[in-house]
Amino acid sequence: MIAQKYAAEIETILAKYPSDQKRSAVMPLLYLAQSNEGFVTKQDMAEIGDILGITATDVASIVGFYTLYYDKPGGKFRIQVCNDLPCALRGADEFLDKLCENLGIKIGQTTQDGSVTVEAVMCLAACDKAPMFQVQSRQGLTYYENQTVDSALKIVEDLRNQELTS
Amino acid sequence: MTELILLRHRDIPDLDQLEVYRKHGGFEPFRRAVTGMNPAEVTEIVKESGLRGRGGAGFPTGLKWSFIDPDNWPHYVVANADESEPGTFKDREIMEGNPYQFLEGVAIAAYAIQAREAYIYLRGEFWEIAAEMDQQISNLEEAGLLGDNLFDTDYSLRIYTHLGAGAYICGEETALLESMEGKLGQPRLRPPFPPSYGLYGKPTVVNNVETLTNVPLIIERGADWYRSIGTERSTGPKIFSLSGRVNKPGNYELPLGTTFRELVFEHGGGITDGRQVKAIMAAGASSSLIIANDEALDTPMDYESVPNVGASLGSASIIVIDDSVSIDWVLYKTLHFFSHESCGKCTPCREGTFWMRHIIDRIHEGETSWSDVELLNEVALQIKGKCLCALGEFAIEAVTSGIERFDSDFRARVPDTRSEEPTLSS
Repeated sequence: MIAQKYAAEIETILAKYPSDQKRSAVMPLLYLAQSNEGFVTKQDMAEIGDILGITATDVASIVGFYTLYYDKPGGKFRIQVCNDLPCALRGADEFLDKLCENLGIKIGQTTQDGSVTVEAVMCLAACDKAPMFQVQSRQGLTYYENQTVDSALKIVEDLRNQELTS
Repeated sequence: MTELILLRHRDIPDLDQLEVYRKHGGFEPFRRAVTGMNPAEVTEIVKESGLRGRGGAGFPTGLKWSFIDPDNWPHYVVANADESEPGTFKDREIMEGNPYQFLEGVAIAAYAIQAREAYIYLRGEFWEIAAEMDQQISNLEEAGLLGDNLFDTDYSLRIYTHLGAGAYICGEETALLESMEGKLGQPRLRPPFPPSYGLYGKPTVVNNVETLTNVPLIIERGADWYRSIGTERSTGPKIFSLSGRVNKPGNYELPLGTTFRELVFEHGGGITDGRQVKAIMAAGASSSLIIANDEALDTPMDYESVPNVGASLGSASIIVIDDSVSIDWVLYKTLHFFSHESCGKCTPCREGTFWMRHIIDRIHEGETSWSDVELLNEVALQIKGKCLCALGEFAIEAVTSGIERFDSDFRARVPDTRSEEPTLSS
């Protein structure tokens, strides 16, 4: 389906790479597919394989290798908190625990309304502004820095409202 | 140093606007290079400047450019904007605040090796930066600063962005190239190195964002000017990303050779909660743990001096650890990182980081004995020197140095009973 729905976008992406190196387009095409439903479906993988002249298995291996691609649905918004060493030195672990506690979930789980998944992720290159997280959604990725549990809960509320109105 | 070279946007408002950047001399060095210098001359100036790669390895940049195979075409420039080392956040600030100076650096590098296509590989999390950069690139095309027959010469250049998707290993240059080719981001066996066999098997220069951002001003002001900053063998300014237990974390652009003490106490405002500095990691999570005594604090941060205190400068991501922190917890954090990020290609790294993580979990929970500390050290030493890329080596830096230099922290965590047999149950 994405082949038809995003025909123009696909052309633009393919034009970035040499015509005999189409495979390079697999990552941008996966982002494109993911923007459709929030995760990459089997059908998407097959279509991307067809576009690039590689197998669906090759495409699936890329989905599996890179952490920003998902092959299963999750919350509409994935809150990805960095708790690597530099962030943890600034309280990221406590922040993450309390955020989950307030949302009534454990790390990696999705809230009951299906809106928010909270994940612990590796370094996001914002070590001086911890606690911080990024929100991944169909619209892309946004950073939120210098957070407290209260400010983060406010962002969650805003995201939920945004989802209701969209 | 009073004048900022790389973080100029802190002094010049709206430097991320093309007209402002051009008003401050922007793209004049690129024009001068394309219209008035031959490619080898450009490389020669960069060589003379002493500029060394800022991504971590410190390899001389001009020398790297001169290795490009002249008999195999086309050539490519790939800018490494995969910044993923825990403790590093400098390239992000450059691309957000001073993007055109970076893009001009890409353009000059491309001219120097006569590449007509350049790619910027950004980590997937830099989604918003990539979107901005696509716009900046089209602004440059509209202004006639990128595209065909630049400045009425026969030189043409296109720059494209390419987003990664969350894999630390793609900061390793050959894994990055594999990833750009649409494959798993796993390192290649080297040699051949990218200047002879790079993107699509073609000669390729891979340079870090900060490295390239130095280039326009080197062309504008000359190699002698650049050499006047820093030390004799580590020339130029460097952005030090300061994080951890300091009062004022952030990026600090200082001459190479500035001491740890000056960075941490003068610029960084000292240690949080008035505590004592205990250890320093100079190269992010990939660093050995430096005992923060007077000798270490007075060590100049340059490529030659940091090894004297048992570490390396790497990308200059200075993580400060105070005396409230136990070093076994530091290892717990770094090992969880590396076991997650090992790409799985080389067995010693894949299995070694997995088992080190299990062992440090046990140690950290105090559920074990001293024999596990020895076992951890042993597993680390079995990874050393046995992998295709440096990830395995990086993963053990904190382990072996931490156990050796801060052994009392481990003794406090586990009972010192050396008779028990180690067990490997997960």
